[in-house]
Amino acid sequence: MSWLPQSVSGRIYASLLLILAPAPFFFEWINQPFYLDLLSRALILAIAAISLNLILGFGGMVSLGHAAYIGIGAYCVGIPSYYDYYNGWLHLGLALSVSASFALLTGAISLRTKGVYFIMITMAFSQMVFFILLSLEEYGADDGLVIYSRSEFPAWLSMDSSTSLYYWIFGLLLLSLFFIHRLVNARFGRVIVGSKFNEQRMQALGFNTYRYRLVCYVISAMICALAGMLLGNFAGFISPDMISWARSGELIFMVIIGGVGSFFGPLVGTIAFVLLEEFLSLITVYWHLIFGLMLIALVLFGKGGIHGWLSLLDRRGGGHG
Amino acid sequence: MVDNLLVIRGLNKHFGGIVATENVNLEVEKGLIHAIIGPNGAGKTTLIAQLSGQIRPDSGEIEFGGHDITGYSTARRAREGLARSFQITSVVMPMTLLQNVMLAVQGTSGHSFRFWAPVADDSEMEAAAMDSLAVVGLDDRADRIAANVSHGEQRQLEVAMALAMKPRMLLLDEPMAGMGKEEGAMMVETLNRLKGDMTILLVEHDMDAVFSLADRLSVLVNGHIIATDTVENIRNNAEVQKAYLGDSHA
Repeated sequence: MSWLPQSVSGRIYASLLLILAPAPFFFEWINQPFYLDLLSRALILAIAAISLNLILGFGGMVSLGHAAYIGIGAYCVGIPSYYDYYNGWLHLGLALSVSASFALLTGAISLRTKGVYFIMITMAFSQMVFFILLSLEEYGADDGLVIYSRSEFPAWLSMDSSTSLYYWIFGLLLLSLFFIHRLVNARFGRVIVGSKFNEQRMQALGFNTYRYRLVCYVISAMICALAGMLLGNFAGFISPDMISWARSGELIFMVIIGGVGSFFGPLVGTIAFVLLEEFLSLITVYWHLIFGLMLIALVLFGKGGIHGWLSLLDRRGGGHG
Repeated sequence: MVDNLLVIRGLNKHFGGIVATENVNLEVEKGLIHAIIGPNGAGKTTLIAQLSGQIRPDSGEIEFGGHDITGYSTARRAREGLARSFQITSVVMPMTLLQNVMLAVQGTSGHSFRFWAPVADDSEMEAAAMDSLAVVGLDDRADRIAANVSHGEQRQLEVAMALAMKPRMLLLDEPMAGMGKEEGAMMVETLNRLKGDMTILLVEHDMDAVFSLADRLSVLVNGHIIATDTVENIRNNAEVQKAYLGDSHA
């Protein structure tokens, strides 16, 4: 059947999703709620990494400010909740519309630039958000804000238990993956990918590349804000720290570890990143050093990231569909 | 009454103190192959870049199909039917030949804010792309990656992409650049097949190719057009002999 993944890497990714699906019940069974927390956090960050990969991997736009959209999504839960507005649709709608507006505004300016300048200007805009939130005394400034209750949805969509929240995360993860897969293979995606490799030619072919890139940037930001909305609910706490440029840098690492421009790369990259961070910090207090060296080695020698390694299996196995 | 598709009036472009284009006036008649020749550094590519919109002229105007397009962006000119190929091969290297040409079809067939339907299932677009590949003789290699085919085939792909845009006029910037004898002959054959149906502004170094293809010739020297005439008359023009042909036909 054409439904079944033909390549070895495709089968590995499919298996990963099948393992992730029942995870809460497994962790409940072995009585390790902490692991569910860890996995939930990893998958939220994976959604953010997947959204970044849309512009970075497929579109060639390296943003060092994507954490701003995590922050925007989270604050769209936190601030209404502060005023006792817990309606989940309100939170969701705010997260999507505020992130889209901010991305449209800042993207319209940032996308006038290329390369290093784009990196710098996206970082500058996210630092701007960081300092604005830092100055908002009403919402806790640098102490952040505690969210006392999760976004309220109809009972069948409730995210109150850690299991139901996990399925929110898992569901939105699947949706983002599916949506981006459709997007990249549709006309729109061809323009985005073509512009990454040869923008001059794309313009000569009649494409207003700026407009397509801007729309792509806005879509990416909205998906990232979904991750932020989930993170606010998951952590029950928001602070400007979520937006610092170091967070954006981590997102780039997650994408690179997994494999730039591959559909599942950011997912496996983020899981690897979060697990490594977690277990290295259990082994030694100097884990930052080891972690940093590993990342350097990966960038230097691990071309194509985890997805690149898995693709080697495809060629060896000859399982080309 | 002569039907001019492209009319250039008083075009000027300076880069600092260097004159790249100086008061260029040119009319390209519909249905003809109009070639521009001139020594290296005469400003041929700069002229093409101004026609396709990558470079803005300092002054002058460009009229295409009766409309002033001087202020149009590159993308808009392409959608109006003015397609160009590049002197230095400029395709999407990691994509297949077919995908490259499909992009060209896509560029001039409505907007591409279509987020859902896979391009790969679009048989109409694929058929249109295959037609263009067949014109340049690449249809049997449609699924090869652009980066992996020969230089000559990449040059053919350039032309196929320009053709796939269903343009009203082609701007071909040295389509035979860097080609071997055999590949060059194939390109001449391809262009000969288009002759009569397509208006072409051809910039080319290969004199044999130009003389066999062109209906009209313009000679560009130091950014200025010194003569525009039929191939026969240009060959016999003393000024042209002195400025250009004399060097290469020593």
